[in-house]
Amino acid sequence: MLQAQDLSYTYPNGETLRFPDLTCAAGETRLLLGKSGSGKTTLLQLLAGLRSPATGSVEIDGTAVNTLTGSALDRFRGAKVGMVFQTAHFIRSVSIRDNLRLAQSLGGKPVDDRRIEELLTDLDVAHKTHAFPAKLSVGQQQRVAIARAVINQPAVILADEPTSALDDDNALQVLTLLQSQAAAVNAALLIVTHDNRLTSAIANQTTL
Amino acid sequence: MNILSLAFRNLWYKPLTALLSVLLFALSIGLIALLLNLRAQADDQFDNNLAGINLVVGAKGSPLELVLNSMYHVGYPNGNIPLGKVKAFFNPQHPIVEAAVPLSLGDSYLGYRIVGTTADLIDWYGGVLVEGKAFAKDFEAVVGEEVARKNGLRIGSTFRSSHGIIDEGADRVEHDGEFVVTGVLAASGTVLDQIVLTTNQTYWHSHEAHDAEGGHAGHDHDHAAHDHDHDHAEVTTLMEEDPEKEITSILVRYKNPSSFQALSFPRNINENTDLLAANPAYEISEVRRQFDTGQRLLGVLVVAITIVSALSIFISLFTSLRERRYELALLRVLGAGRPRLFALIVAEGLIVAVIGYGLGILLAHAILTLLAADISGEFRYSLDAWRFLPEEFWLLAGAVLLGLVAAIIPAIQAARTDIGETLTGEG
Repeated sequence: MLQAQDLSYTYPNGETLRFPDLTCAAGETRLLLGKSGSGKTTLLQLLAGLRSPATGSVEIDGTAVNTLTGSALDRFRGAKVGMVFQTAHFIRSVSIRDNLRLAQSLGGKPVDDRRIEELLTDLDVAHKTHAFPAKLSVGQQQRVAIARAVINQPAVILADEPTSALDDDNALQVLTLLQSQAAAVNAALLIVTHDNRLTSAIANQTTL
Repeated sequence: MNILSLAFRNLWYKPLTALLSVLLFALSIGLIALLLNLRAQADDQFDNNLAGINLVVGAKGSPLELVLNSMYHVGYPNGNIPLGKVKAFFNPQHPIVEAAVPLSLGDSYLGYRIVGTTADLIDWYGGVLVEGKAFAKDFEAVVGEEVARKNGLRIGSTFRSSHGIIDEGADRVEHDGEFVVTGVLAASGTVLDQIVLTTNQTYWHSHEAHDAEGGHAGHDHDHAAHDHDHDHAEVTTLMEEDPEKEITSILVRYKNPSSFQALSFPRNINENTDLLAANPAYEISEVRRQFDTGQRLLGVLVVAITIVSALSIFISLFTSLRERRYELALLRVLGAGRPRLFALIVAEGLIVAVIGYGLGILLAHAILTLLAADISGEFRYSLDAWRFLPEEFWLLAGAVLLGLVAAIIPAIQAARTDIGETLTGEG
């Protein structure tokens, strides 16, 4: 589960943003809403330990993220945080399966081809297991990105505008998959978005 | 999926870019290895054949050519000298000369030079007979290891010499006298491996027989008569021959090479006689100096190619960072620390360097193989193309270092990748 308290961030230009406190329990989905420039992405980065806050603390699965530094923080993120971005990014030079294997080994987990196969089947992209990322459609890529975010059974899944690049059908499908996969690994799911198609579907909302 | 295999896959993903870097690297390593090998083998050939010879005396002409054809059996003899003029060198009472060996050159057997001399020459070069004995009579021959091996010669084999030092195939002019092999030498790594040794007098017989236009029977008679006359054709008896008879040159060892008389000896001969005296150490150092000049020029070229090859690795890594900034950020999101990204890029540089090194060494030795065929045809020297120098293993260290240097800036850049800025465009 995820807890953020008293978070603020100071940009290099001196501008400081304060963020509301956040809690997202295991298995729960929460939307983080806000206009462009309201600092949603900055908040997400603070939560993932990609940036250091000026004040406040982030706690994931009982660990204070701010107390970790360097490679320990990277390892923690690999093991406990799954991330999905607006555009799915992959290691272009290796197959979908190797991308997922890489996520497992970088997250400190043993490579488990059975789990990879099950996830890809669940997400209806099993036939792309051996394909290179560039051979997948945008919707397929986003589904593989979801598989990658949940593969290490993280405590928290952070999704940054996961649906805004997709059409209506795909957007709802991706949301459903995100929720069901998060539930399957009992992770807290936090979605940063300004996509109106999602606001009607999810009740837990925090606005910046 | 570890860092090394990921690095390899990344290179494989852009095979042409990687290939270009690898080939440039191979070219630079290959040239360095080639130069090192040529230098080492040339030095070996020069050193192995010095045989403690302090002076070569022959007919007036080029001192370098005299040294090359009398000691290394390369090129054409200057001309001949009458025996009478060099008899003094064979006098045991000579104040400077410890020993001298006479050489008669100009004939060959299937491209292998026949050297008329005394059996002392074998000792000078440290040659050892694997079978048989040294030549004692005219038309007896001791053959070098390669000569015997390539032509299937054994004790008792017979062959005819041909005039001139190049094998002219069907056009060759064969002498009438038939040589009998009495001894075969062990491989020595010296020029002995590639020559046929016989007596000086044999030269006179075969050439006189040729000139005299005698029939076959006449020759046989000469040969038989000769056998009677010279049961022990050695240096002492050579000295008793007609002073008008000619030999090509003599090899000389000094009693004390650093004595004042020895140092001025060559100049005395050159100024006061119509003989040419050449100091092999000096002539060879001249050859080496020429070699060095050439090598320095090539060295500049090699340095340029090496810089370009390192630059090629640097540029291809650096541009790939731009294309792969999302990937690098992604790796960090997935749990790879900065040191790992650094290691990934360094690994890519090192893979190129190590593969380039491997190809380069292969290239160098492949070229040496081609050269070896050429050189052994032209100069009668065997070049060991697949002998590896210790320096070549040091080259691997150099290659790794160069790969590291080329990759280090891109690797630092990769390690600095800011995930936030890269993966989340909107703020």
